Amino acid sequence: MGSLIPDPGQENRPGSDLGMRSEPISLKAHAASDGPTVLQGVVSAARPASAPVVERIYRHRLPVRISHWLNVPCLFILIMSGLQIFNAHPALYWGDRSDRDQPVLSIRPMKTESDEIRGITTILGHQFNTTGVLGYSDGSGRAFPAWATVPSYKSLAMGRQWHLFFAWLLVINGLFFTAYALISRHVTRDLAPTGKDLRGIGKAVTDHLMFRHPTGHEAKRYNVLQKLAYVVMLFIVAPLIILTGLTMSPMIDTAFPWLLTIFGGRQAARTIHFIACFSFVGFIVIHLLQVILTGFVNNMRSMVTGWFVVKREHEGAGHEA
Amino acid sequence: MKHERALERRQFLKGTLGAASLVVLAGCDNLTQSRWFPSILNKTEKLTERVQRAVTPTNALAKEYGEADISKVFPANGSIDPGTEDYAEHVAKHFSEWTVMIGGLVRIPTRWSLAALKALPSRTQITRHDCVEGWSAIGKWTGVPLGDLMHLVQPLPGAKYAVFHCADIDDEGIAYYESMTLADCYHPQTLLAYELNGSALDVPHGAPIRLRFERQLGYKHAKYVMRIELADSLAGIGGGRGGYWEDQGYEWYAGI
Repeated sequence: MGSLIPDPGQENRPGSDLGMRSEPISLKAHAASDGPTVLQGVVSAARPASAPVVERIYRHRLPVRISHWLNVPCLFILIMSGLQIFNAHPALYWGDRSDRDQPVLSIRPMKTESDEIRGITTILGHQFNTTGVLGYSDGSGRAFPAWATVPSYKSLAMGRQWHLFFAWLLVINGLFFTAYALISRHVTRDLAPTGKDLRGIGKAVTDHLMFRHPTGHEAKRYNVLQKLAYVVMLFIVAPLIILTGLTMSPMIDTAFPWLLTIFGGRQAARTIHFIACFSFVGFIVIHLLQVILTGFVNNMRSMVTGWFVVKREHEGAGHEA
Repeated sequence: MKHERALERRQFLKGTLGAASLVVLAGCDNLTQSRWFPSILNKTEKLTERVQRAVTPTNALAKEYGEADISKVFPANGSIDPGTEDYAEHVAKHFSEWTVMIGGLVRIPTRWSLAALKALPSRTQITRHDCVEGWSAIGKWTGVPLGDLMHLVQPLPGAKYAVFHCADIDDEGIAYYESMTLADCYHPQTLLAYELNGSALDVPHGAPIRLRFERQLGYKHAKYVMRIELADSLAGIGGGRGGYWEDQGYEWYAGI
């Protein structure tokens, strides 16, 4: 992969999308590499360097890559240790108090008349049998199953230790990313949807539903749904989950009582924290799916090394390499 | 052919991911049970404490609620009855002989009867109790500000912590205890409480005396308080981590 490693000293070329470095791949460049599978069979030897069929662009800069990969363990540990903490009192409420007879959601083992134990999830008064996953799994009464919690066995104390450690890491990483993204203009240039983007949202939705992914020139930049997803997660859901987490701290509530006001109480904040957590779960599932569907190797390489390969449109737009 | 390969690849990916997640999970469990890893995780406790104390004015009050906000049922958690013979005797005598001894690093060690405590000026506050498990309940507490008692017993210069020794003993014979910094003893809402919602504390809620330590989680609010010891260090007391739950891995600083 020697030749694919970006040269950090090289300037960004003006005019390239996303402010990224982009360079045509000539046969020479290809021959010198160890032959990543994506490139094989795509480069035509007869074509002059000025008219390349594939282009590699420096898509993700180092700070973004570091921040991205730090988020991976942070989010997994935070979600799973959060579920461990939830298991200690598997019910959610609105307002400031936990009125046990009025939960918004509860996930509990219950005995049936025939003395069987069922896992029952109750959402706004509607009961669902979720035995095997929620409420009762592997012979034990627990809201979320062992495979979804850290640690896997019941331990509120250790769940909290994991959670609070990785919460700090996420916050520090988040501040670092935000500072970088603002200063480097990553936000305004790559993430913020343009007016044109927003006008094309209908088409983007149909394209996504039909699993048609942008190719060629269009693949160099984030599409509008991608931009919206990133912006919403980074600048709405992430701050929301941090602030609602802090609202659960009695000490922070003393220092910043307005937190209780804006979220509608400590228990409401806990409920919002939980919903925000599951929007992260949803985001991660779709994100991973898209990573796989739009060229797993290419995407992974670009998030590891920074380099992303784009095929020229006139050379077979529509298929994946 | 191509389809088969894709299928194989998918199954391989699925298998690999499944196996990898199992390995990661087992790894997390191993780390949790190791000696060294929890002490790394625990490094953030001090950081959290420093930052939270830095952003919170020393005497800032926890939110006080109105009568209408009081929980209809205030759940009792943790020990709900010390269950010892001694304690049962006190219950039978309506705690008429209960005393709270304040000693250790103080100039004037003093034993307080319940009547003497109730004769001191009291404070009543409607506050939210936040359990470490996640639930909250709102109750009206009446008691003696601990700071007033501290002024009376006069802590010695070396005193850094107040340790609360309680009447409840668990199945293994380990006595419940808790601790806070001396500075937190002087917070206006820190009380030795004897009333909940206008009536004398009942046994499940910590009769006859329990601590109110607003701004920190429920397990810090020791019930059945018998003795308060001022100390320069928590090291030689109980398991050495400053409290019954702390000795079992919970944070000593429970502001979050």
